[in-house]
Amino acid sequence: MSKQNKTSGRTVIHMEKRNSISRSKAWAIRLTAVLLSLIVCAIVIVAITKQNPLQVYAGIIQGAVGSKRRIWVTVRETVVLLVIAVGLVPAFRMRFWNIGAEGQILMGGAASAALMIYLGNTLPLPVALLLIIVVSAIAGMLWGIIPAFFKAYFNTNETLFTLMMNYVATQIINFLICIWENPKGSNTVGVINSKTKGGWFPRVFGSEYGLSVLIVLVVTILITLYMNYSKHGYELAVVGESTDTARYAGINVKNVIIRTMCLSGAVCGLAGALIVSGASHTISTSTAGGRGFTAIIVAWMSKFNPAAMLIVSLFLVFMQQGSIQIATQFGLNENASDIITGILLFFLIGCEFFVNYKLSVYREKEA
Amino acid sequence: MAVLITFIQRSIGQGIAILFGATGEIMTEKSGNLNLGIPGIMYMGGVAGLLGAFFYENGNESPSPLVGMLISIICCLLCSLLGGLIYTFLTVTLRANQNVVGLALTTFGTGFGNFFGGSISKMAGGVGQISVKTTASAFRAKIPGLFGLPVIGQLLFSYGFLTYLAIILAIVCTYFLKRTRAGLHLIAVGESPATADSAGINVPKYKYTATLVGSMIAGLGGLYFVMEYLAGTWSNNGFGDRGWLAVALVILALWNPSNAIWGSLVFGALYIIYIYIPGLSRAQQELCKMLPYLVTLIVLVITSRRNKPENQPPASLGLSYFREER
Amino acid sequence: MSETNVIELKNVTKRFGDVVANDNVNLTLRKGEILSILGENGSGKTTLMNMLSGIYFPDEGTIKVNGKEVLIQSPKDAFDLGIGMIHQHFKLINILTAAENIILGLHGSARLNMKEVEKKINELTSRYGFDLNPSQKIYSMSVSQKQTVEIVKVLYRGAEILILDEPTAVLTPQETDKLFDVLRSMRDNGKSIIIITHKLNEVLEISDRVSVLRKGKYIGTVNTCDATQESLTEMMVGEKVSLDIDRSKPENVERRIEVRGLNVRNNEGYHVLKDISFTANAGEILGIAGISGNGQKELLEAIGGLQHIESGEILYYTKHDGNVIEKLHKMEAGDIFDLGIRLSFVPEDRLGMGLVGSMDITDNMMIRSYKKSSGIFTDRKAPHQLASDVVDKLEVVTPSLETPVRRLSGGNVQKVLVGREIASAPRVLMVAYPVRGLDINSSYAIYNLLNEQKRAGACVMCVGEDLDVLLSLCDRILVLAGGRVSGIVNARESTKEELGLLMTGGKENA
Repeated sequence: MSKQNKTSGRTVIHMEKRNSISRSKAWAIRLTAVLLSLIVCAIVIVAITKQNPLQVYAGIIQGAVGSKRRIWVTVRETVVLLVIAVGLVPAFRMRFWNIGAEGQILMGGAASAALMIYLGNTLPLPVALLLIIVVSAIAGMLWGIIPAFFKAYFNTNETLFTLMMNYVATQIINFLICIWENPKGSNTVGVINSKTKGGWFPRVFGSEYGLSVLIVLVVTILITLYMNYSKHGYELAVVGESTDTARYAGINVKNVIIRTMCLSGAVCGLAGALIVSGASHTISTSTAGGRGFTAIIVAWMSKFNPAAMLIVSLFLVFMQQGSIQIATQFGLNENASDIITGILLFFLIGCEFFVNYKLSVYREKEA
Repeated sequence: MAVLITFIQRSIGQGIAILFGATGEIMTEKSGNLNLGIPGIMYMGGVAGLLGAFFYENGNESPSPLVGMLISIICCLLCSLLGGLIYTFLTVTLRANQNVVGLALTTFGTGFGNFFGGSISKMAGGVGQISVKTTASAFRAKIPGLFGLPVIGQLLFSYGFLTYLAIILAIVCTYFLKRTRAGLHLIAVGESPATADSAGINVPKYKYTATLVGSMIAGLGGLYFVMEYLAGTWSNNGFGDRGWLAVALVILALWNPSNAIWGSLVFGALYIIYIYIPGLSRAQQELCKMLPYLVTLIVLVITSRRNKPENQPPASLGLSYFREER
Repeated sequence: MSETNVIELKNVTKRFGDVVANDNVNLTLRKGEILSILGENGSGKTTLMNMLSGIYFPDEGTIKVNGKEVLIQSPKDAFDLGIGMIHQHFKLINILTAAENIILGLHGSARLNMKEVEKKINELTSRYGFDLNPSQKIYSMSVSQKQTVEIVKVLYRGAEILILDEPTAVLTPQETDKLFDVLRSMRDNGKSIIIITHKLNEVLEISDRVSVLRKGKYIGTVNTCDATQESLTEMMVGEKVSLDIDRSKPENVERRIEVRGLNVRNNEGYHVLKDISFTANAGEILGIAGISGNGQKELLEAIGGLQHIESGEILYYTKHDGNVIEKLHKMEAGDIFDLGIRLSFVPEDRLGMGLVGSMDITDNMMIRSYKKSSGIFTDRKAPHQLASDVVDKLEVVTPSLETPVRRLSGGNVQKVLVGREIASAPRVLMVAYPVRGLDINSSYAIYNLLNEQKRAGACVMCVGEDLDVLLSLCDRILVLAGGRVSGIVNARESTKEELGLLMTGGKENA
């Protein structure tokens, strides 16, 4: 588009795609966007709380890293968000819009909860943990295969399909809650095995979340290797670019779609285990809590680069945890953090335009 | 018989919010914008209408229902417009990915709704559930004479005006798409922006207008839910997943707003049918609530197998358009 | 400034990144004339015209229309100035009718009155002798019907200046004649017409003046009556080039591919290949001619295992006398590869099938070889070596081997693809429009490569659009018309006229 804006018929803003941009300049633009978003967030918070903005930000920092416990919670939330984003990468590289991570997480979480309830107190912990990890990954995988199958064989729109699958999963969780509710009539599952800690992640590196960090680290490295160096990773990238080229290369497109979604779903299912067995020790419809959606944005904005995904996840979680603290401190409800997240995302998404395009202003000549 | 009438009434009650959302989303998608922010926008529209009415009723000794109604409609439209503006600015002007922006907008909008809806009474210094009964009464007013008719009155005339507005809007939008010049241009933009552009159609203008109008229509769905369905109260996450059902209904309606009218009735019925099936346990009821989604999935699969070009999604749906990049 | 100049371009420059598409171009169009813009592929003809039709915006220079300096920022601005362009790639909305497409973008009553519109269209079409049903949907139309819609669209808008981008590329000779008649009568009615082409005979036949572009630069304008094929070629190419292709006598000819009774339906369910039978031999180049969209694409894809085959057989003979036969019609591309049959294919849509635009040259080399390495990981060393060999040998212009191929120019993209396909020493080599988008020197380099493969004993099949080239490159030429084989001729004895007749001959059967 050559003309963006025409004020008084004289000035023309012309935009042009950049051929290349230096890394430092790109990061400078992104940093500016982050700063702007923080300022806008501050204005919003101040408008609501009528507090000194510096105090507000001090509160946010307090909330995110103010104590050892809070640091660990921030770390836990960051790695969970990261692993979901990592799980989405293979699907997105294949241009398969898996927005069903919510459902895949829920199914993985449900599998963990079931194992904790039925076997958590009878099996030795290592066996139980292994089972939880494997079975929850399989549960997520099943939830990923269904849309992949229909995409592969009927070319069914996967964006809408995976989206609907989320709500089918939600209803399955509601169904399970009716069965597992504890105490009766509470309509919640309550903390599972609160006395025996059966099927709970054990303390590693001096924290109950250490094991989660370890697992996420391993998964992230494995997926990165898979994406960049394996034949599978190469094939799915070709499929994502053009199914015709993939067929030309002798790639079985249907298999690749299903295989890749197995992987994507499995990692998201595993994330469900990290949330249920590794953190909350219960299950509810908000177990995924929108992280499946946020992770999409994390993966997309990071251009699938694992380091960038870590940074973006950390930033978002930091702000979320901080704003939860602000909310309690000033007696607001916890949804404030969604508003903050939304504003941050808008700025981060928007700034990519300025990384990719440059604007120049023209003077229209007199006729 | 009485049960059937209540069932239909309640199905319509459930369906109308979805119908507003679907009509708005169809107009949006016709321009090639897949706005997954619609659920968030519906939250924003609903809570803004509520806030407007709340502050008007609280600041006035004897609030008039009509004025309250007008204020809440205006607030709703403005706030939905804001949501649509965020979406279009990011996707059309800044060329960001539509899915990503839409999901972020839904996160934002849902948070926005729950935050203000949840803390509204606290902000006003009160405690507990808030209510804007006066304004809601205007929304819930029924047509006096016709309402009294037996059966027919119950079935057709027992609703507030937003119900009829939803149906009229859907019909008007269908007419717009099929019979008007601007509608033809909008279809062209959604099918092939490059073609529309070379025909002299201002593509960004159509994308902006369709998405903003669509957002406002969808926002009315949120307002309907708050004012007519909840009778002027708020419950956090009460709107639930109806926004996503609206997105699903677009598929069921094959991108035709008129089809969305009966489609919304089907969805509404499926949404509450568990209440009317006798002998279900609570757990079974939860399973029953899956029905709307399962039906959508089936429709999605069936339409993807059918190859009639007119029934397919707009060809450029989900893609950004840049003139110099072809 | 002369009053009769309807368009004047002065020092117009347009850059795409580092590439200068138009460099200081000057051009005038007089009222009531037909001006040809002649230039090789990639000489910047279309870019220049796109600046007149408002699709691109010049970086430098001025445009005057009817003596007034103007700023054409959008196609709408162009319409308002009476400029209408008929693009090579049709700009039509498939799900709408012809009439709806024709009035697209026009102002008028808010409510549509399609009856009135169709009446007006029928008046126009009968005046110029077009055959068009205004209420037919575009997706059910043939290529030439779609072009008719495009032309009527411009006429309907009352354009005074018409620009046609390579309008004859998709037409039969007979349809071309008809189009030229229409253009002449429009000129005689005072309309000014620009026709973009690289076909010299058409330039001489239709135009009053010729402006020549070469590598983005304006070379000059001559009156057609003063020009000859030779003088125009020299202007266009810049030097005398020998237009001879070094065609050797076929040696060791043996049967390699045999197609028997092949029927194919495309994804939309159209019967695109009807009862095709022929043999292609090793040591020979078999040309495939036909009007664009008559089954060429599907035929090559069917042989390559990329099309669903309804009925018929495609046989591959490993040894002559047909001792070892593979049934290609039962295989997908992957099966053919796994069997070790060296079948190479340069498809028409290079970046849509054949290459991955976002990947670099090395990764694109891997498309053919990644399966060969053992283990689950890919081997990048051999492809990297191949990539640098191809870049050296075929003189691919690229910043580095790590540059995504999408960023390369069309000619270089083609070289990367051809280089990879030839590297495997193919037994069968299929190429579709191998020189599209290439300058003359690169084109001849490609022709030589094809001949080299033929001498090396490959069975070469080449789909082409330039009949002169096919006649001097190939040994035999198969002509497709309406999805059928309308004839197979000896290229050394046949003529363009004969091919032209065959290309239309099958048309009635379609």
